[in-house]
Amino acid sequence: MADNGIGASVRRKEDNRFLLGKGNYTDDINVAGQTYAVFVRSPHAHATLDSIDTSAAQAAPGVLAVFTGDDLAADGIGPLICGVTVTSDDGEPHRAPMHPALAQGKVNYVGDHVAVVIAESLAQARDGAELVQVDYGVLPAVTDTATAADGSQQQIHEVAPDNMCFNWPFGDKEAVDAAFDAAHKVSTLDLINNRMVTNPMEPRAALGEYNSGSEEITLHLTTQNPHVHRLVLSAFNQLAPEHKLRVVGPDVGGGFGAKIFVYAEELVVGWACRKVNRPVKWTADRTEAFLADAHGRDHVATAEMAMDENGKFLAMRVNTRANLGAYLSTFGTMVPSYLYAFLLAGQYATPLIYSEVKAVFTNTAPVDASRGAGRPEATFLLERLVDVCAADMGLDPAEIRRRNFIPTDAFPYQTPVVQCYDSGDYHAALEKALSLADYEGFAARAEEARSRGKRRGIGLSSYVEACGIAPSAAVGQLGGGVGLWESAQVRFNPTGNVQVFTGTHSHGQGHETTFAQLVCDQLGVPIENIEVIHGDTAKTQFGMGTYGSRSLAVGGVAIAKACDKLIAKGKKIAAHALEAAEGDIEFADGSFAVAGTDKAMSIGEVAFNAYVPHSYPEGVEPGFDENAFFDPLNFSFPAGTHICEVEVDPDTGVVDIVRYSAVDDFGKLINPMIVEGQVHGGIAHGVGQALLECARYGDDGQLLTASYMDYAMPRADNLPSFDVDYAPTDPPDNPLGVKGCGEAGAIGAPPAVINAIVNALGVKHIDMPATPENVWRAAKSAA
Amino acid sequence: MYNFSYQKAASVDEAVAAMQAAEDGKFVAGGQTMLPTMKHRLASPSDVIDLGGIADLAGIAVDGDTVTIGAMTTHAAVAASAEVGETIPALAALAGNIGDPAVRNRGTLGGSIANNDPAADYPAALIGLGATVKTNRREIAAEDFFTGMFETALAEDELITAVSFPKPEVAAYMKFDNPASRYAIVGVFVAKTGAGIRIGVTGATTCAHRGKRLEQALGGELNAAAIDGVDLPVDKMNADMHASAEYRAHLVKVMTKRAIEACAA
Amino acid sequence: MLSINMTVNGQAVSGEVEERTLLVQFLREQLRLTGTHIGCDTSQCGACVVQVDGNSVKSCTMLAAQADGCEVTTIEGLASNGELHPMQQAFKDNHGLQCGFCTPGMVMSAIDIVKRNGSVVDEATVRKELEGNICRCTGYHNIVKAVQAGAKGMGG
Repeated sequence: MADNGIGASVRRKEDNRFLLGKGNYTDDINVAGQTYAVFVRSPHAHATLDSIDTSAAQAAPGVLAVFTGDDLAADGIGPLICGVTVTSDDGEPHRAPMHPALAQGKVNYVGDHVAVVIAESLAQARDGAELVQVDYGVLPAVTDTATAADGSQQQIHEVAPDNMCFNWPFGDKEAVDAAFDAAHKVSTLDLINNRMVTNPMEPRAALGEYNSGSEEITLHLTTQNPHVHRLVLSAFNQLAPEHKLRVVGPDVGGGFGAKIFVYAEELVVGWACRKVNRPVKWTADRTEAFLADAHGRDHVATAEMAMDENGKFLAMRVNTRANLGAYLSTFGTMVPSYLYAFLLAGQYATPLIYSEVKAVFTNTAPVDASRGAGRPEATFLLERLVDVCAADMGLDPAEIRRRNFIPTDAFPYQTPVVQCYDSGDYHAALEKALSLADYEGFAARAEEARSRGKRRGIGLSSYVEACGIAPSAAVGQLGGGVGLWESAQVRFNPTGNVQVFTGTHSHGQGHETTFAQLVCDQLGVPIENIEVIHGDTAKTQFGMGTYGSRSLAVGGVAIAKACDKLIAKGKKIAAHALEAAEGDIEFADGSFAVAGTDKAMSIGEVAFNAYVPHSYPEGVEPGFDENAFFDPLNFSFPAGTHICEVEVDPDTGVVDIVRYSAVDDFGKLINPMIVEGQVHGGIAHGVGQALLECARYGDDGQLLTASYMDYAMPRADNLPSFDVDYAPTDPPDNPLGVKGCGEAGAIGAPPAVINAIVNALGVKHIDMPATPENVWRAAKSAA
Repeated sequence: MYNFSYQKAASVDEAVAAMQAAEDGKFVAGGQTMLPTMKHRLASPSDVIDLGGIADLAGIAVDGDTVTIGAMTTHAAVAASAEVGETIPALAALAGNIGDPAVRNRGTLGGSIANNDPAADYPAALIGLGATVKTNRREIAAEDFFTGMFETALAEDELITAVSFPKPEVAAYMKFDNPASRYAIVGVFVAKTGAGIRIGVTGATTCAHRGKRLEQALGGELNAAAIDGVDLPVDKMNADMHASAEYRAHLVKVMTKRAIEACAA
Repeated sequence: MLSINMTVNGQAVSGEVEERTLLVQFLREQLRLTGTHIGCDTSQCGACVVQVDGNSVKSCTMLAAQADGCEVTTIEGLASNGELHPMQQAFKDNHGLQCGFCTPGMVMSAIDIVKRNGSVVDEATVRKELEGNICRCTGYHNIVKAVQAGAKGMGG
């Protein structure tokens, strides 16, 4: 049994269906009578909608209906909402412009939704969409994060003067300023965090079906959180009452945050299927994904560190402008605020931190969470600044980190920015990473590279992330509109096999295996007799979904709690059957035994007794099926040190990553193979941000990187194999002793890569993405 | 994609006749550029005339010091060809680095040069090697064939049948990839023949061209250092988000030097 | 409309298609072979890779009409008698997939790599020849391992 329990690299249960081409992604589902939706999108970044003439489209072959924002409004559908409130420095809530699912009066970014055409075939819907005549009154576009709110730009929304969504100061400014005034040395860095398009490989899709008899809508969606979708679509968008709306997230081809949010297309498809009384399918093409998926990052910041004569950090001051795009996405406000500023302490015992975040509107796609969400932005800023501090103080980057790490004996550690880290050993991870990367041997490797005309550099990044956001009460205090617990149901069938229902959603993370291992370990049931079920509001009782590296740290604990309840009930049932006192029953390895005897029965037999309760303890309900909810005490705080070694060709600016070493603390690993895969993917995502990826808008608001011809995704030949190891600590705030691992690589990698390039070139800073041309220019300037 | 009439031609004559009969026809060879363009509704031919069924348009023949490659020969076939590998290894290497393996299995020499994307690889080789484009009507020297961005000397109903490449003493192609599309930001084909050194440059400007300034600087010698002093006209260079004109001009020189070094090696 | 005939995964199939129908649309929508995916519209991502007459092609960049008369193999056609193809098995053994969306194209391209390079193929070659397949989940590390292991497995 233990072979497939906690700690085993069990091969994934979900793999066969994917490998055989038997996956079931939303676009793979086809239903009788299905129609196709195509959205008419704005070609302008900022324009008044002067008129929409749908008559030619309505008359086109195969077209069933054409709808505009007026049709949605007439039915009281929408608008889309933002679920987290941030209070601005004037004491008012953030400015929240109306976000209709189909535009009304105005369009605010290229790709904004103007109308939808429903037709018998996809080609006919496309043909129809071209016939919708729209008169636009083009307005100047605002695209630049740094200047969007400086008063020089066209105002986008009436409710948001100067395009400001919120100005959110945090920390004791006076104390921080005083520390800076008294400092031995102040290091300063201006930097940007480049805008990313999240790019899960499966484009978003929706399939809506309406049953006019039961008046129920079933929506298959590319979602990371079916219940959250149902809740928002029902409670805030008036699509249908919650009990008349079923949301299914079948196999989902990657999310990385982009499939958390409630999008216009999803609401419109759900509504339109009832309107035309036919199933409606919409699948994004990649261009639409670039235009209308929520984007990530996009900060412009200044960071300053005050130090004493030993390079000890005294205070940090950060000024950030964050681009939220044209409208607020579902959690858009939370990302550059709570998920960003509360991470600015990083691994360091900096006693004072002051942050000011100005979040701005622009005529670009809405910006929201993308793998890491706020934490990569904080980590990039901090870990770059630390290297600048090291250079300014003449210290080795490893040494300045050692001097400033939170001491290992100081946990739990209260940072000056809300978070209280429950566990960590940052020195252990750093030293192990230095050894893994052969930091000592770097100088010789650099020398050898120089003899070939190449420049080698090495860069460190010591990150901490806060994931598994919790507890619910704290989320509420911060202005979040949801609870962040997780639920589980563990159900034995009478024949002894087990169905585990989780409110999390797996879209690559391997929950069907990891959670089965957990149950195998807890209940002693063979793993092949355990099935994990997720992603359907009609099957799982409730759930908050998967994002923020929360599934195991929160959802896994809920499953363990449900197992505990089964064991407790099983002891009663076994005690009756074995004619012993409940207190004498011990449970281990799937067997209930009377202590000190050889009398025992298996958990399968107990389950059978529970469903066929012919001889059964009085007062105990039949059935062997338990629910549990878990609301964590605290966030989860994975951490680690990543070290990147690069070789730069100064003649072309090409950066080759020659070595990448990661040492992470994820607490206890349930399936090391899966965890390592998460680390690999995260690192690649982070390398993509550092070297390749950037969503660029022209001054007119056209998205210049709207396909893989122009948006550079990391490919196999951009990356090396990675050296991965662990330096675990035991988190007291997590009952399973686990920490999140899904975002760590994307958080740790960008500063490691850039620090390595900066080290290779001997420059102070280079912005991301460090494209060949940018690196070539930096190399020239340093020469 | 807009709909169109589709016809698979069995011979060159049939293909040309179909084109002449079409209102706004297009030949499709491998379709690796044309189909994405049509999918984005950026092209809307009335008729698509598929050349895939014309067997005698594909194939590789070596005759003395000339390699003749049929227009419908795929990049994969050129890359894998022992004849090309022995005669003009730089050409086989170039073909083996166009797009990706699946694209190379469909994309063809004729399709590539007829499209004349300013960032395509083959035009640099044709110009560098001084190749001759053969059509159903005539023979065209490579330098006269590529006339502008996505423009060639071909008439509407003229069909490329083959390209013949003279064997050089030595040649090399160096490409600097666009990190997103993997097309050439800059590609330089250097060939040394009995008549001197020829250099074909792609990616840098609106149309592949001969690098005459580079050739002059070399004075017939494969001497990379001679390139350092060349002054390329930055104002003629393409500029986009991936590479400025200045950087492109620099890369032309770096790729030229590397190609020269590869020739000398 | 056109009538087309081809052999898909060993079975003769025929269909009536609009001229503009792509091979991937024919496979997914008419034959309901939904293992072949569409991840982009510029022939970059490789989620749609299938084999036509033994060569890997991007089925989103080929008309169904162009495959008339051809032998097509999709991801659904690899396993036999309930046994995973050695390349499929290698992806499973090496955790070469996460969300599974790019996986069919990766496996089809991987088999093509082995066809060109044989059963021993070095890491740099695998990485270079996976240029036309994009994965967002794995960072490619385990895909590369899987391709190398699968190559060995296919070589017997």
